[in-house]
Amino acid sequence: MNPADWIEAGVFWVFGAILVVSAFRVITVRHPVHAALFLVLCFFNTAVLWILSGAEFLGIILILIYVGAVLVLLLFVVMMLDVEIEKLREGFVRYAPLGAIVGLILALELVYLFWAHALGFHGLTVALRVSARHDNTRALGVSLYRRDLYPFELAGMILLVGLIAAILLTLRRRTGIRNQNPADQVRVRARDRVRLVSPTPPRHGGPS
Amino acid sequence: MATLALWILLSPLLAALITALAGSRLGRRCTHVLTIAGVAVSCILSFWILLRVLVGAHLDAPLYTWMVSGGIPFQIGFLIDPLSALLALVVTFVSLAVHIYSIGYMADDPGEIRFFGYISLFTFAMLLLVLANNFLQLFIGWEGVGLVSYLLIGFWFEKPTATAAALKAFVVNRIGDLGFILGIAMVLHYTGSLTYASVFARVPALAGRTVGLGFGWRVPVLTLMGLLLFVGAMGKSAQIPLHVWLPDSMEGPTPISALIHAATMVTAGVYLVARLSPLYIHAPDALGVILVIGSLTAFFMGILGVVATDIKRVIAYSTLSQLGYMMAGLGASAFAAGIFHLVTHAFFKALLFLAAGSVIIAMHHEQDMRKMGGLRKYLPVTYVTFLVGSLALVAFPGFSGYFSKDALIDAVGQSPIPGAAFAYTLLLLSVFVTALYTFRMLFLVFHGPERMGEGIRAHLHESSWVVTLPLVMLAVPALAVGWILFHPLLGGSFFGSSLATPVGINPLASFAHLSPWRFFLAAWDAPSFYLMLAGLGVAAYGYLWRPEWPARLAARIHPLYRLLVQGYYFDAFYLRLGAPGSVRLGRSLWKWGDERAIDGLGVNGTASRIGWLGALVRRFQTGFLYQYAFTMVAALVVLVSWALVRY
Amino acid sequence: MITLNDYLILGAILFALGVMGLFINRKNLVVLLMCVELILLAVNINFVAFSRYLMNREGQVFVFFVLTVAAAESAIGLALLVVVFRHRQSINVQDLNQLKG
Repeated sequence: MNPADWIEAGVFWVFGAILVVSAFRVITVRHPVHAALFLVLCFFNTAVLWILSGAEFLGIILILIYVGAVLVLLLFVVMMLDVEIEKLREGFVRYAPLGAIVGLILALELVYLFWAHALGFHGLTVALRVSARHDNTRALGVSLYRRDLYPFELAGMILLVGLIAAILLTLRRRTGIRNQNPADQVRVRARDRVRLVSPTPPRHGGPS
Repeated sequence: MATLALWILLSPLLAALITALAGSRLGRRCTHVLTIAGVAVSCILSFWILLRVLVGAHLDAPLYTWMVSGGIPFQIGFLIDPLSALLALVVTFVSLAVHIYSIGYMADDPGEIRFFGYISLFTFAMLLLVLANNFLQLFIGWEGVGLVSYLLIGFWFEKPTATAAALKAFVVNRIGDLGFILGIAMVLHYTGSLTYASVFARVPALAGRTVGLGFGWRVPVLTLMGLLLFVGAMGKSAQIPLHVWLPDSMEGPTPISALIHAATMVTAGVYLVARLSPLYIHAPDALGVILVIGSLTAFFMGILGVVATDIKRVIAYSTLSQLGYMMAGLGASAFAAGIFHLVTHAFFKALLFLAAGSVIIAMHHEQDMRKMGGLRKYLPVTYVTFLVGSLALVAFPGFSGYFSKDALIDAVGQSPIPGAAFAYTLLLLSVFVTALYTFRMLFLVFHGPERMGEGIRAHLHESSWVVTLPLVMLAVPALAVGWILFHPLLGGSFFGSSLATPVGINPLASFAHLSPWRFFLAAWDAPSFYLMLAGLGVAAYGYLWRPEWPARLAARIHPLYRLLVQGYYFDAFYLRLGAPGSVRLGRSLWKWGDERAIDGLGVNGTASRIGWLGALVRRFQTGFLYQYAFTMVAALVVLVSWALVRY
Repeated sequence: MITLNDYLILGAILFALGVMGLFINRKNLVVLLMCVELILLAVNINFVAFSRYLMNREGQVFVFFVLTVAAAESAIGLALLVVVFRHRQSINVQDLNQLKG
């Protein structure tokens, strides 16, 4: 193994270990805010692993967009809602063994599957080294804007619908508050507001 | 050329669509201009294509693949050869004349705009049928013209008789279509293709094969195929015993009778048989059936024309009779003669119908000939054109009908197909009958005493130019096409390979080097000429000199007369036996097949099983999210375990 | 030398942890959403790994779309959560059994 492989293996194992540990903490910590912060850590580690595998663009947007927007939104909601943590933690200990058993079985089965059988990917252990001139962002952009243009547009529509749906769901019309109605403001005509009158001088001389 | 062909089709379709969508907003004038322009464009293009075909152009290409199912492509495609080019020109020309005529005939009718939309749509469907290069497109056009025919027979839908006639036409055509569909299915099964060219290429290989019909009864594949397809042609071209709808279809407006029920749609069956001539020449038995049925139709339907009193019905029976002639010609494997008669008939019969329509307009929609008479003074143009049409119909030497019909009779006489002698006799007798009813009609309407009421007589006058122009437009070809087309069509140089030449004796062989002039002179030697004169004489005797004689004769042979007036009781037979039987069959299928089996077991059974299953599954729907998640994960674990076991 | 299997095993562990989280935190809707995010992350890791080892860029395109949908999903999920909280003053999953059949 050459030094580059050593470095790759080292990075993978270190950040992979942190990823697994922080994921474990996400599901076990008491306070949802902590859980969210551990989730952020998970995402950072994943981003590192992705950049390691040559998916730089995805790694970056995972941090910029996903952590920066989605998880912050999550944190924001968690903090905004005043939830009683103690009540939500009820039964944690009772359910933990069952969850652990199911999860362990699943994990062991999957790991065994990949380890022992590799699902037919045995021949793919050596990855081609990514060349320095390879531009992942450009390549992905070419894919997205050429062949996958329509799915890309569709994804945009999904986001738009999600945006509208989120606003519509959380929008609350409270009574007793004077809201602006932009539609009315735009539609207003001059004659609704201003009345022009010609000032006629009083008929009888000056004030008596 | 494919583009040209496409525009032939599209221009009437576009006109029809625009009329349908925006007709009421465009107004009458605009609709007239639009639809006539649409048809005129396709008429000019058809003429252009015919000219191109004359110098050897040919097109047989798919244009668009609709779908591929089971390895068989369903395509829209064009076959442009002499046969389809000629037919397209006839269709568009007659349609153009009828469009113009309809401006006058349909004026002030509340449904006028609808009417123009329909006839444009009809033109489109008919052209789709004629220009098709495969059975599927042919069938689409076939059903399209059937639909428009139904819509137009029932055009005055407030009249119960009109809707009944429309329904009758539709149902009877449906019976024919059943045979047609079966025939197409058989073609597909045995040749694996729906395109004419590849079907015809594989037909000779089928010549010796037979198909079992059960009970050890085996028939040749091609004979059965030909007969099934002919059943479709029988429905559309109104051959005995599926002819009953055509006389009733006269309930529709007269221009429709001219366009659809005389010149074009009803000849679709004739076109079909001619188009499939490469198939039929290998099935002489089927040809024999066509020959016999055609000649029976020609004779017996002609006789009915002698007793009818409604002017349109007389022409309708004459159409039936002439369709019988065409079919007999095809059955004698003289395909060119059949098509020739189709073309000349299209012109002179449309002419007769339109002239009859002109009479009907003048008579304020009175159609009973017994209330007409002496009209030649009042309607000179109509009279002359009607006379031209009549002379063409009775095959007076020199008129177009003479060339086509006498050649056809000649060809039947020389045909080796079984039944040809019988058919030849019937066709010769029909010549007499044709002359009899035609001149009877002519004398009753235009000669003799004026029997109409005073009120009507006071208002009698020639129709406007939109009515008389199409009459003249059609009278010219009714006179001339015989002379022009006789040699190219019957001599064989025009059709080339688009019509098959029969194996063995070719009944048209003697026409190969015959000039129209020689054939014209030969009239004096032919028996049909004298039979025609005899018909003229009897008609003149009965309806000009001794008007009381026909009634006395009718009284003397009263049972026979009733038989004729009732149209040989075909309608009664269908109503007494055919219809109740099929209603009973339908009802039992509905009760047992539909309600018990399909509804009981299938539809409602499925529903109740699902209801039962739902009640069972309902218990799992606790509404708790984690239980759902647990179910999903448990299933996932099972799946992964299964993968473990498998690998 | 890191192989495809290493990535797949990592993804599998992450996935199992996410599933486990669903069970353990069965009452807290927010944490359930986070667990779903974990599961999606595991899937995305697999996609990226396949994309690298099979030399196929489509895997990354797919991750892109999964992220898009996941973002929309969590936005709507959180909005629903806010609405639920507003109605019931609680995000306890056990209170949410209106859909009981």
